[in-house]
Order: sequence, then C-alpha cells, then structure tokens
Amino acid sequence: MTKTRRISGFLGLPFVFWAAAFIIIPLLMVVWYGLTDENGALTFANIAAIAQPAHAKALLLALLLSLLATAVCFLLAYPLCMFLVEAQKTSNSFLTMLLIVPMWMNFLLRTYAWQSILEKTGIINTFLTAIGLQPLRLINTNGAIVLGMVYNFLPFMVLPIYNVLEDIDKNVINAARDLGANGRQTFLKVIFPLSLPGVISGITMVFIPALTTFVVSSLLGGGKILLIGNVIEQEFMVAYDWNLGSGLSLVLLLFIIINVVVSVISERGEEELRRRKSDAEA
Amino acid sequence: MRSNMKKMVLLLCIPALLAAPLSGCGKNEGSGDDSNLLVVYNYGEYLDPEVIDLFEEETGYKVLYDVYETNEIMYPKVAANPSQYDVICPSDYMVTRMAEEGLIAELDMEALPNAKKYIGQEYWKMSESFDPGNRYSVPYLWGTVGIMYNRSMVDEEVRSWDILWDPKYYDNILMQDSMRDLFAVALKKLGYSLNTTDLKELQEAKELLIEQKPLVQAYVVDEVRDKMIAGESALGVIYSGEAEYSRWENEDLAYCIPEEGTNVWIDSWVMTKESRHKKAALEWIDFLCRPEIALMNFEFIYYSTPNTGAMDLMEEELLENDVLFPDLSKYKLEPLQYLGKEAERMYYNLWKEIKSA
Repeated sequence: MTKTRRISGFLGLPFVFWAAAFIIIPLLMVVWYGLTDENGALTFANIAAIAQPAHAKALLLALLLSLLATAVCFLLAYPLCMFLVEAQKTSNSFLTMLLIVPMWMNFLLRTYAWQSILEKTGIINTFLTAIGLQPLRLINTNGAIVLGMVYNFLPFMVLPIYNVLEDIDKNVINAARDLGANGRQTFLKVIFPLSLPGVISGITMVFIPALTTFVVSSLLGGGKILLIGNVIEQEFMVAYDWNLGSGLSLVLLLFIIINVVVSVISERGEEELRRRKSDAEA
Repeated sequence: MRSNMKKMVLLLCIPALLAAPLSGCGKNEGSGDDSNLLVVYNYGEYLDPEVIDLFEEETGYKVLYDVYETNEIMYPKVAANPSQYDVICPSDYMVTRMAEEGLIAELDMEALPNAKKYIGQEYWKMSESFDPGNRYSVPYLWGTVGIMYNRSMVDEEVRSWDILWDPKYYDNILMQDSMRDLFAVALKKLGYSLNTTDLKELQEAKELLIEQKPLVQAYVVDEVRDKMIAGESALGVIYSGEAEYSRWENEDLAYCIPEEGTNVWIDSWVMTKESRHKKAALEWIDFLCRPEIALMNFEFIYYSTPNTGAMDLMEEELLENDVLFPDLSKYKLEPLQYLGKEAERMYYNLWKEIKSA
C-alpha cells in the first residue's frame, strides 16, 4: 500500500515540476509585478487602474461579448449534443469527429480564415454582390468578435455536455416516460438537471478564454475594438509597463476565480442534492 | 513595421524571457581568437546577403550576422550586453536614445571616406534632427509615411490628410496601428510637430482621431499593404517602401505625401561603444556606402537610398519615381524623435483612449 503510494507519488513529480515552473512561479511573478511599481515599492495603483475609463470600458465590453459568446455557444451546443447522442446509437462517432477535426488546425489559422470570409472583398460579400445584393459590413464589428469566439470555443462547450448526456442512464429516461412524464417534462425534470455539471463546466471553459482573448479581437476587430485582453497585451508589448499589465491581469484573474468558484459550488450543490435524494429514497 | 502576429509570438516568448536570467548561463565570451570577427545586427530582410560575402572576401573578416524585427526587440538585447554586437542599424529615434544612454560610439568620419563622399547632404541634414552633428550614425535607407489610395475608388486628387476625415470614405480608411504613427497623422493635420509633448496639442489630436474612428475600417500595420492590394479599402496610411511594392501588385494604387507634411524615417548604421572590433565596424559601414554596394542593397530592398553614388548608377526612370525619390525641398518632412519615458507614457494613455472609444 505505502509502496504503491510512493511510486504513484514519483509518477506525479514531472507534473509537480511542470506546474511549479510554468504555473505557480509565473503566477507569483504576476502578483509581484502587479503589486509593485517600477521601483519595486508596494502599491495598489496597478489594480485600482481598472477604474480608469479606458480600462473599465474594455473590461465591460469583454464581459459583455464573452457572456454573449457563451450564451450562443450554449444554445448551439445543447441541441447539437442531444442530436449527437441520438446519432451515436445509429452511426459511429463520425459526427463527433467532424466537430473535433477543426480543432487540429491552428487556432490562428482558423481565425485568419474568418478574416477572408468576412472581409469586404471576402467570400460572403463577393457572393452577395454577385447576386445583386448590397455588401454587408461584417468584419471589424462586435458581432465578428462574438462569431470568432463562438467558432473557436464551441467545442469546449460541446464536449462536456456531450459527455454527461451520453452518460445518462437510459433506464432513468425510460422510467420517467413509464411514469407518465411527457417529452417536455422528461427533458426539464430529468435530462437537463442531470446534464447540469456538463453545462457548468462547458460555460466555464468557454467564458474564461473568451473573456481573456486578445487574438480574436485583434484579428476580427481590426484594432478598433479594445478588450481587456488587448489592454493587458499592449501594456506588456507596447508600453513596456509590466506592472500595470500584471495589475490588470490580477483584476481579470479575480473574474476567473469567481467563475470557477461558482461552478465548483454549483457542482457540489448538485451532488449534495442527489445524495440527499438517494438517502431519502433509501 | 510591427505586426500583431509578431506581437503574439513575442508574447508567447515572455515565459522564455523570464526564465532566461534564472538560467544564468551567459555565453562564454572571448573564447578563441575572434579578432577578425565582425558582429552585425540588422533588421530582417534588410541587406542583400551577397554583400556579406563580398565584404568577407575583400577584407578577410568573418561576419556574424543577426537580425531583429523592431527597434524595441533590438534595444533590450543590446542594452543588456553592449559588447555583443559591433554594428547595428537602428531607426532615427532609437539612435538618439542609444546615444543618450552611451550605448553607441562617436564615429571617426575620417575613417568613412565613402560615407562622406556619397551620402547626400540633404540626408545628413535630415539626420541632424535625431543625431545632432552627425556624430553617431550614417544613413542607410529612408522613406516617408503617406497616403496610399486606390484610383478606382478615389476620384479626387489626394493632397492632404483631410481626406482621411471625409465621411464619403466611411469604412474605406486604413490607419496605422502604432501609437506614434497614428498621432503623427492627426498632429500634422493640425499643423503641429509630430514630436510634440504639449498635452493640449495631443488632446486635440486625440479628439480628432476619436472623431475619425467611425470612418476607419481598421487599425493595422503590415496588413495595410495586403488590404490595399486586395482592394479592401480606398485609402490607407502606409510606409513609402511598402507603397512601392503595392504599386507593382495593383496598378490602381498611388501614393501621396500630404502637403501638411509627414514623418520621414531614416535607418542608420551605428557602432556600439563596447565594440571589440571597431576597425572592422568602420570598414563595414564604409563598405556599405560604396555606390555599387548601396545599389545592390537598394535593388534587394527597394527602400529609398541616401547614396548619391548609387543614384548615379540608376536608370533615369527610377530616379523620377516620386515615391522612392520625392523632391525633398517640396515636402515638410520631420523625423520621429525619442521623447523620453514620461512623454511616451502620455502618448500611450491617450492612444488607449482612442482605441477604447
């Protein structure tokens, strides 16, 4: 017993090293830079700077667009997953593959591809003008950024939801139907509550990268739309103000932590509920 | 000259940069005999590689050639290890900064006969704005920033920056996505110096740029060229070197230096103060000033050369090209200067207000 534990402890070492070198130490450096000024003196100015209009606006816009993208992802992903689970019964996992294959391509390349689809002389507008319609202003808008987020992060919503839906015991659904629940009731009272853990982790996995992105907004926003991710990137790359960049990152980190805490709590709550239910039944 | 792509790659490199001082393994310097070595640090794609061979053949020096993307990448490397490189090719404002910080050495002009003889007087004069007395730098290539326009979309004659504020061109204007270049346009339109540190003037420029923002299709850097060639936009602010290339690709495109004046940039060769191969460094700089060599580099890069000897070797037709060789007396040209940390920060904060507007 102790021996196997010791061995498994060793197996974890590479990861411990990895996490220390590439997660813990960099994070501590961000905290250090964020809480000091350029002379190394302790200050909260870098964090308070989030209140400056330009920063606050960028943060609000990022929150708004990433929430929107998360909502769209959810609305697209849930029906898709139900369909995929159904399809799984008849065909093999080909459809799921279709969803995953684009992820093998580089994220930047895929976003660049959207540029040439949405541009003024891009595929959509060339088509529209060819059939005699007015071209649309698609690229460099908030809509284009939300589209880019949805496209890039949709698989992160689909996969966890798909996994929980697939795991639902078919007997539970059959029992519900057997006891007289109609389709809607079965979905609302059985399937959806059971899939909540997947939904919550899907939301987390889409919301966080969408909130922090600066690539999608700079490629599809034409430099006209400043999200908090862009502000932080530019503090590092253009202004060379690592202190302010780190301070704003800490603020962003706060939002990420809130998101993670909420999802952990609600997952715990789910489990608790389930346990109580089964206790009561027993 | 910067692109978002590059920025992103750079950002990915930050962890590596952070780790570098931790590893604490500086290269072992001075190992072996390196007395006939010359370490050159230049922009990428900014020299005909054959020139290096010719130089090595003739002088017997061994050239170690290294390249960078932007001044901002070059500077910290040189500042951290000033003896690492012998000759560098920074842009105007960076020459000032490096001279102020004692990173580069005064050049012995007597050792540079070709530079004295062939670099045109007007270019030495232009250089004085960032290198007073021409003590530290020898002009290599130069160019302007101006408006590129597509004649199939713009009927009128383009003469002034004002056209970039004309609502007629809604969603048909590309602006530079770099702080100083963007401000330069508005400051020149207002008739101010593009090196101003007067907050009131900068506020005015900021208001003007915010007013313009709805008309702007995108703020981009390298993409201006490609988008103009593809016909994505009617107007774009662009570097003259890129403009010449664009005109080859799309003959509807034309380039104009606005009458209010604009930014002229000069990239110049300098020698580091800590250089351990000063003789070779001077020979290198002078070698590049030879007319035939300057011509080779010009034909490789197609940016404007300040070398009158090389111009004499060119065909008449090329010299009449007013993108590459504009009549300097006709335009109000002003190089960017290094404004110091505080002023840069002021520019940056105002820039952020424009970008988040």
